[in-house]
Amino acid sequence: MRVYADNAATTYMSEAAKAKFIECLDNYNGNPNSLHSDGQRTQEVLDEARQTVADCIGAARANEIYFTSGGSEADNQALISAARGLAPNGKKHLITTNIEHHAILHTMRKLEGEGFEVTYLAPQANGIVDIKDVEDAIREDTALVSIMFANNEMGAVQPIAEIGALCKSKGVLFHTDAVQAVAHLPIDVQAMNIDMLSMSAHKIHGPKGIGALYARNGVRLLNVIEGGAQERGKRAGTINVPAIASMAVALKEGCDHMEENMAYVRKLRDRLIEGLKDIPYSQLNGDPVKRLPGNVNYSFEGVEGESLLLHLDMYGIECSSGSACTSESLDPSHVLTGMGVPVEAAHGSLRFSLDIDNTEEQIDYIIEKVHSVVERYRGMSPYWEDLETGKREHCIPE
Amino acid sequence: MSLYTDKVMDHFENPRNVGVIENADAIGEVGNPLCGDIMKMYLKVEDDVITDIKFKTFGCGSAIATSSMATELIKGKTLDEALELTNKAVVDALDGLPARKVHCSVLAEDAIKMALIDYYTKNGRELPESLVGFEPHEEE
Repeated sequence: MRVYADNAATTYMSEAAKAKFIECLDNYNGNPNSLHSDGQRTQEVLDEARQTVADCIGAARANEIYFTSGGSEADNQALISAARGLAPNGKKHLITTNIEHHAILHTMRKLEGEGFEVTYLAPQANGIVDIKDVEDAIREDTALVSIMFANNEMGAVQPIAEIGALCKSKGVLFHTDAVQAVAHLPIDVQAMNIDMLSMSAHKIHGPKGIGALYARNGVRLLNVIEGGAQERGKRAGTINVPAIASMAVALKEGCDHMEENMAYVRKLRDRLIEGLKDIPYSQLNGDPVKRLPGNVNYSFEGVEGESLLLHLDMYGIECSSGSACTSESLDPSHVLTGMGVPVEAAHGSLRFSLDIDNTEEQIDYIIEKVHSVVERYRGMSPYWEDLETGKREHCIPE
Repeated sequence: MSLYTDKVMDHFENPRNVGVIENADAIGEVGNPLCGDIMKMYLKVEDDVITDIKFKTFGCGSAIATSSMATELIKGKTLDEALELTNKAVVDALDGLPARKVHCSVLAEDAIKMALIDYYTKNGRELPESLVGFEPHEEE
């Protein structure tokens, strides 16, 4: 059996999104900046897509949507705009968390190099940031708070509406990386007081290489890419209409069916969590309730995540791990360690990100095979032997 | 090209010499849980020949594959021959490892050296020159 359970890494395109992409290649191939018929026909498709995206996140106007190459570019532009844009007003302080995507963390590090001061908040043990910590961190010179909507690795959902209200009352800009949240959780940028929001198409059954930045009118954007006057002069480059139109279709599909889709996925998620509970010395990482509908992140003590992942792959199960061995560095997941998961437990973590294409039968297959690989690798682990014989201490309770 | 060679995947899927030797003549262990890998090797030695070897490894796919290959390479060899085993020989025998996984092969070489030190020490024999003052590589 093949089970694709890595939808937080990327998803397959939906049939409707594929069809829209091809329709654009065939019929709307003009450059929307061209004044001839082909260009103008394409411009209409672009306008429609922009309106759809705006509607899906509750934006007041379509012109608040800026299409980008993806979530990373949107994150970069949001942070750079807030920091460099408000620096002349004496705002030199930024607030984020230590569990953000690297598109946020590495941009923050770059801004630190330019003289900005950044506060990295650590979440509570359940992966959720304490609103009180955000409030305490806000200063006179704070330009921006950037906190992700939901975490890509362990699924915890942040109190976005509360953070938005707080930022508004303090006169601080609020950006959220909502790459994992759009089409999975209800989003209303106006009600939630979100000033900027990043999203990506390929996480929601749309194409790769396309995303968007929502920026409320009144928020000044600075260019990350210079050139032509596309996207209200804020993002140069010939507009990728097939990808944009396809993204809009995928997003609308996801948002129109969010309630029933996510109820289904949530049921699969909870079935998997329940099915792994009897493995001793294992734990679910991230809040069990306030979490993405499809996210299951589990740590198994005494074993290493990459070996579990590789063996599950032999069984046809595709997932990911927060172990150091699956990363570019020698450190395990900054998200897990950032929320206080012991390093040893982070090494032994697996993430399954489920979606509407998964079935109960697949979940039961995952449960069976995870039991089998954890047992196999504990059996050949000298670390597990030390835990069993009391030579080393457990860091996860039985 | 995929991350691992067919040989690495073969030794990962069907590791040779996994287990424990009761009453082993020597044991070598390196690594720690914080780094995410630990290797433990058990030797049976007769007349300075390694007649049996078993290992247990906590670690990623390449850590398991390098342990397996290293044990194969020295099983039946003399202590002097085992001492000559380099991490590079293990990597070559596996048709290569990705750069950031080479440290696994160093761990395998070190585990064997630690087992040899244990053997010489337990038997009250002088350490070969290359093992005098040997310390396993520190992981980053």
